[in-house]
Amino acid sequence: MSPVSPAPALRLEVEADGSRACLSGDWTLAALTADPRQLRGELEGVPAQAAWSLAAVSRLDSYGALLLWRVWGRRRPDRLDLPPALEGVLARVEAVPVLTCPTEPPYRFLDGTAQVGRMVIDIGHHVVGFVALIGQILIDLWGLVGDHKRWPLFEISANFYKVGVRAMPVTALVGFLIGVVMSYLSALQLRAFGADAFIVNILGLGIIRELGPVLVSVLVAGRSGSAMTAQLGVMRVTEEIDALAVMGISRYVRLVVPKVVALTLAMPLLTLWGSAVAIFGGMVSANLQLDLSFDYFLNALPRAVPAANLVIGLVKGAVFGLLIALVACYFGLRVRPNTESLSANTTASVVASITVVIIVDAVFAVATRSIGLPFR
Amino acid sequence: MMMSPILPVELKGVSTVFGKTWIHKNLDLAVSAGEVVALVGGSGSGKTTLLRQMVGLLQPAEGEVRLFGEPLKAGGRNDRLARRRRFGMLFQQGALFSALTVFANIAFPLREFGITDEALIRDLVLLKMAMVELDPEVAALMPAELSGGMVKRVALARALALEPELLLLDEPTAGLDPDRSAGFVDLIRSLHRSLGLTVVLVTHDLDTLAALASRVAVLSEGRILAAGPLEEIMTVQDPFIQRFFHSERSRAALARAGVSR
Repeated sequence: MSPVSPAPALRLEVEADGSRACLSGDWTLAALTADPRQLRGELEGVPAQAAWSLAAVSRLDSYGALLLWRVWGRRRPDRLDLPPALEGVLARVEAVPVLTCPTEPPYRFLDGTAQVGRMVIDIGHHVVGFVALIGQILIDLWGLVGDHKRWPLFEISANFYKVGVRAMPVTALVGFLIGVVMSYLSALQLRAFGADAFIVNILGLGIIRELGPVLVSVLVAGRSGSAMTAQLGVMRVTEEIDALAVMGISRYVRLVVPKVVALTLAMPLLTLWGSAVAIFGGMVSANLQLDLSFDYFLNALPRAVPAANLVIGLVKGAVFGLLIALVACYFGLRVRPNTESLSANTTASVVASITVVIIVDAVFAVATRSIGLPFR
Repeated sequence: MMMSPILPVELKGVSTVFGKTWIHKNLDLAVSAGEVVALVGGSGSGKTTLLRQMVGLLQPAEGEVRLFGEPLKAGGRNDRLARRRRFGMLFQQGALFSALTVFANIAFPLREFGITDEALIRDLVLLKMAMVELDPEVAALMPAELSGGMVKRVALARALALEPELLLLDEPTAGLDPDRSAGFVDLIRSLHRSLGLTVVLVTHDLDTLAALASRVAVLSEGRILAAGPLEEIMTVQDPFIQRFFHSERSRAALARAGVSR
C-alpha cells in the first residue's frame, strides 16, 4: 500500500544511568493496530524511570502519541528525546483534558418497578396528548366552518386514492384467501354433523360482522398507518412542518384532517370490498367442497345474515379508519428530528393502532350483542 | 511521505453522464500529496459529483479514478477497506448519525476499526474534539441540538477519527456566517499544516478559496479548464474565469484574503 511504512518497533537498551526505550518506525493508527497486543505488552514492560527516545520514529499521528501518553501516565517522561517535527503532535495530545466520564449507575432491585411505573405514566401522557390532538383538530375545523374555500378537498381526494383505491388489490388477495381457509375449515366440521347449509351463516356472520372490518383494519394500519406516521415524521425531520407553521397554515387542517377524513371515508368501502371478496372466496371453497351451488349460497345469505350486520360492519370500518388515522398522525407529529425517533414512532403507531382497533372491536361486540343475531 | 511520487488522487479521462447530459467529458486531474486543491465551477458543473466519484459513491461512465496510486476498486475486500480508511470526507450537511450523540458519532469509526479499549476511545474522541476546537461538554449532545458550525466541526472530527491522509470537503463553509466560516477555514488550514493532510475541497466561496487553496482547478464545460495557483488562474483569459474572479464581490473577497495572507 504505502511505499515504505516501517513497522513500529520498540527496543529497550540498558545503559549505565538506567534503561532507555528507543522507538522506531511508523507510530500510526494503521501501523499500530496491525499487531496491537504484542507492542502494548512491550510498552507496559518499559520501567517507569526509563528514558524515551523518539528520534527514529518516522511518523507519529495522534493515535500513536496518545498511546505513548497513556503509557507515560499522562505526563512527559523526565528524559525524553523528541525530534522537533513531532513536537506539535505531542502538544496536541497534552492539551486533551482528563475527563472521567460518568459511569452508568448499577442496576438496582427497584429499577424494574420504576420502569413499569414510567411506562404507565407514559401511557397516561399518550392519552392526554391524543385528546389534545383531537381537541386541536376540532378547534381548527371550527375555523373552517363557513369558509369552504379553505377546505382541504384536494388533499382529501389524494389521500383517499392513496389509502383506499391503492389498498384494494392487497385487501382482495388477503380477503379471498381468508375466506377460502375459513370455509374449508368450517366445512370439515359441518359435514361431520350433516349441517352443510350452515356454512352460509358462519361465513356471512363471521366475515361481515367481525372478520372483515378487523382484517382490513390490521392491513390498513400496517400499510397506510405506518406510511402516514413516516410521512409526517420525515416532514418534521426536514422542517417542512415548521415551514407550514411559518406560512400560518395549520398542520392539522392541511396534513392531519385530510388523512383522517380520507381514511374514515375509505375504510367502510374497503371493508365492504374486503368482506365481499372474502365471502366470494368462501363461496368458491364451499362450492368445491360441499357442492353448495352459488345460487343457493347467494339466496341463503340474506336470510341467514340480517342487514343490521352489514351496517355494524361498515360503522366499525369507519370508526377503525378514524382511529387508525388519528393514532398514525399523533405518532407522526411526535417524531423528533432523528432516525431513531422516526423508527420508534412508526413502530409505536402500528402497534398502538392495531391494539386500539382490537379494544374498540371488543367494545363493539359487547355493545351490539343484541343487534342482528338471528338465533338467540 | 511528502516526497512520495504517489498521487493521493488521480482522475484519468473521467466522463460522467446523467440521463442524456454529459457532466464531465474526458476529465483529468491529479492531486499531489500535501496539496490543497479547490474545485470551483458554476452550479451544475459537477463539482460535487466529481468529489463523490473520488470516494466511490458514484461511478464514472468512462475513465478511471485512482486513489493513492491504485484504482479505487482494486484488490480484495480488505484492501478496499484499508484504502477507504486512508481518506475522510466532510459532507455538505455534516451527515452526522442523528440517532447517536456527538461522542458516539466520533467514536463510531474507531469502534468499527476494531478499537475496543473504551478508555482509549474516550481519550481519542476528546483529542479529536480538542483538535476541532469543540468543548468536551458538547460530547453528550445530539446532532439535532447543535448549531450549523458545530455540526461541521463534529463532522470534521469524525472524518479525522481514523487519521486520514486525504481529506475531502464538500462546501466546507456553506451555511456558516462569515465569522464562523473564517474560523472554520483557519481550523482546516492549521490541521492541514500540522497533520500534513492532502485536501480536496469543493467551494463557491471565494474567501474560503483564497484562504485555503494552494491550487485551484476550474471546472467548466465538462473538463478542467485550468488548474494552478490562484494568482495564475486569475490571469487566464476565459469568460467563465473572468466572471467568477473579476466580479465586484470577488475582487473584494480576494483583496480581503490578500491582506490576511
